[in-house]
Amino acid sequence: MDLTKMFQFNADRSSYPELDANGKPIIDLSSHKYLKLWQGPQHPGVTGNMSLELTVNGDEIVESKTHVGYLHRGFEKLMERRKFIQCFPTCIRMCVAEPDPNEYILSACIEELSGIEVPETAQWLRTLALEMARLQVLLRGVPGQAGTFSLGLGYQWGNYIRDLILDRFEELTGGRVYHMYILPGGVRGLLPDGFKKRMEENLKLVDEFLVNINDLMYNNIVFKQRAVGLAVIPVEWIDQYGVYGPAARAAGIMRDVRKTHPYLKYSELDFEPYTTTASDVYARSLVRWHDLKMTVDLIRQIMAKMPDKGEIKAPTPNVMHWRIPKGETYVKCESSRGEYGMYMVTDGSDMPRRVNLKGPSYTHATALLERLLINANIADTAAIMVSLATCPPEIER
Amino acid sequence: MEREFDKAIKEMYKEKFLAPENEVRQVSAPDGSIIEIDPLKDYFCQERPKELKPRKGVVEDFLNWARAESLWVLGFGTGCGSIEIPPLVTPRFDMYRYGVQMRPTPRQSNVFVISGYLSVKTLKRAIRSYEQMPSPKYIIALGSCTINGGMYWDSYNTINRLDHYIPVDVYIAGCMPRPEALLAGFGKLKELIKSGQGEKANEYARNFDWYKANQKKIIRDWNMPDYNW
Amino acid sequence: MVEILKELEDRFQVTDLVQQKDHLAFVSVDKNKAIPMITWLKDQAGYTSLTLLTAVDWLEDGKFQLTYMINNPKKNSQIAARVMIDRENATMESAHHLWESIRIYQRELKEMFGIDFPGSPEVDESFILEGWVDIPPYRRDFDTKKYSDETYFPRPGRQSNDPAEYMKSKMYPNE
Repeated sequence: MDLTKMFQFNADRSSYPELDANGKPIIDLSSHKYLKLWQGPQHPGVTGNMSLELTVNGDEIVESKTHVGYLHRGFEKLMERRKFIQCFPTCIRMCVAEPDPNEYILSACIEELSGIEVPETAQWLRTLALEMARLQVLLRGVPGQAGTFSLGLGYQWGNYIRDLILDRFEELTGGRVYHMYILPGGVRGLLPDGFKKRMEENLKLVDEFLVNINDLMYNNIVFKQRAVGLAVIPVEWIDQYGVYGPAARAAGIMRDVRKTHPYLKYSELDFEPYTTTASDVYARSLVRWHDLKMTVDLIRQIMAKMPDKGEIKAPTPNVMHWRIPKGETYVKCESSRGEYGMYMVTDGSDMPRRVNLKGPSYTHATALLERLLINANIADTAAIMVSLATCPPEIER
Repeated sequence: MEREFDKAIKEMYKEKFLAPENEVRQVSAPDGSIIEIDPLKDYFCQERPKELKPRKGVVEDFLNWARAESLWVLGFGTGCGSIEIPPLVTPRFDMYRYGVQMRPTPRQSNVFVISGYLSVKTLKRAIRSYEQMPSPKYIIALGSCTINGGMYWDSYNTINRLDHYIPVDVYIAGCMPRPEALLAGFGKLKELIKSGQGEKANEYARNFDWYKANQKKIIRDWNMPDYNW
Repeated sequence: MVEILKELEDRFQVTDLVQQKDHLAFVSVDKNKAIPMITWLKDQAGYTSLTLLTAVDWLEDGKFQLTYMINNPKKNSQIAARVMIDRENATMESAHHLWESIRIYQRELKEMFGIDFPGSPEVDESFILEGWVDIPPYRRDFDTKKYSDETYFPRPGRQSNDPAEYMKSKMYPNE
């Protein structure tokens, strides 16, 4: 008797669901073959606050739909009635997990439209803040992937180290989660005394963590069996569905704004983003692990290369009378999830005419996720969501 | 006798917002017979929430002590404040040592941490989750957005005062509150419960109509029974 | 970048060229020629990736500006096409046949600005708001503070100041 066959639980689903002429499944809920299952917004496996409407046949998903809007606060409207400097406290709350790219793109938009040059030291400090933000997100995100397969240990390790990085942020900026460190024209302060030494101690912990998490996740039979081959994104979908960042790099397409449009000081740093071609959950997780490794390296490089003293803020006009001439621009940077951009239109008044934030989750969590969930297993939905690193507040803003 | 909120439901049946799965429809039972179901009536309980009378003397003290030492929190991150929940369950702050732990479903939990601003769409789900929780239940409201709107005081989609929609036991101010503040908030809630002041679930039952009126004022697509669990 | 802009001028009579940065240019295009131009850019010129689609409300002129921003990942250049449409009964041709992801943007624009995209999948379903009965909130004539004050029980004792005026009186009283 073939034992491997005996333990294969994948049922043969070639005959159903029945498809209509357009290749869409015919779903009749009253036939008792299908069940409508809602996952979220109150569900531990759903990242953030959004919900999935799944139509399932057995434990296989035949149709899926995502519902967002649970975190909508109307930032883009609120910023239209605030002066440029007042936009900052609202802007950073657009993506809660990683607030620094928000600050950077808003500052960069304002600087570009009003023609302000940022001093050298401030650019280095900005680069450092952005990389630290990426570090703290990835410390939660990398082991979070194992968490979706009920392997919670790495999550505990990662969160502990993340807290230490948040301490460094507190030292640098005064804020734990929201920093408001990057302002138009520059940054708010220089590095405190001994910051580099304490940061280096934390980075040593991260190095250890990287080795441990490699043993815990990527050499783990359960993780491998469940993640390899799950939710493959074909290369043709990259542009069709708008896939950015690590998810695109896992499919072998180089999408990293730091490399393709170097901003701040990234052109002076030595790094090579990792790409692979498997494009499944395992590959995306591996890309994130390499990103984390690269971030540690980048922070070391930045701390070695950056000047200790210098001008940190270019003179800016009186914020009360700061009118920016009519114009429009789009600024992008690389967040931990992919290209993160802001489109700003000004009309010569002291408030922005229109601000539009475009994060990668906007397409990842809607069009792409809906497509990826088809034919997946119910138990894998959380893993697929986390592998795309969806952040609901940046979808609805 | 037909109650006031039964009438309201009937009106709402005709509204456009009723979801397709909640419409009155005929279904075939497994044995082949056809039955008509009215999901809003047949699937949910129509009872109003009841007040829980305190026991006498030491019995109530003992019960309050037991309640205070096992705070089970519903894992529903409603706003930005939920970013500070992971640090709480991990080694640095570790709220488990105070008997506080996260639960995945409302049926198992008795504390609801409203973590930050509530958009109208989330408020609807928050009310439903709150009503599913078994009494006695407590609410901790996090951040200044739940107190007076905070950052989002002029937003068209977030509420300004949480206590108009569901009763709040403890407010934790800040934007956002640190994990230490959350631990202090849980400590405060314990004190309140031990001294017998954690009576907000009863207040909800007493002022049920007022709360429902406020909720219905902003949730325009009210397509569920008034008290559905 | 310069050649492609020249070609766009010849083929689609684009106007108001603004080269904002090395890799980003804005052009204005007629409403009827917008979708053909985007199709041409996508199929012939290598601008295969959609960065964003959004709208700007020019209330004074009675126009909506739609911005289609498309990206060429090989050459790392971006072109943003501005399309002006009338504010009254705003409709625009749908582009859902070009990208799978664009239907999400169109759904959001329909809900938040009231711009219709006939034929786009799910465009009439609510996306972000639920049970919304007022005018679309991103329009300039919708007053969010007034709506909030009337709807959400402001807490007495909290002073709600206009951000700009409050800042002026507290920080720069002499200006």
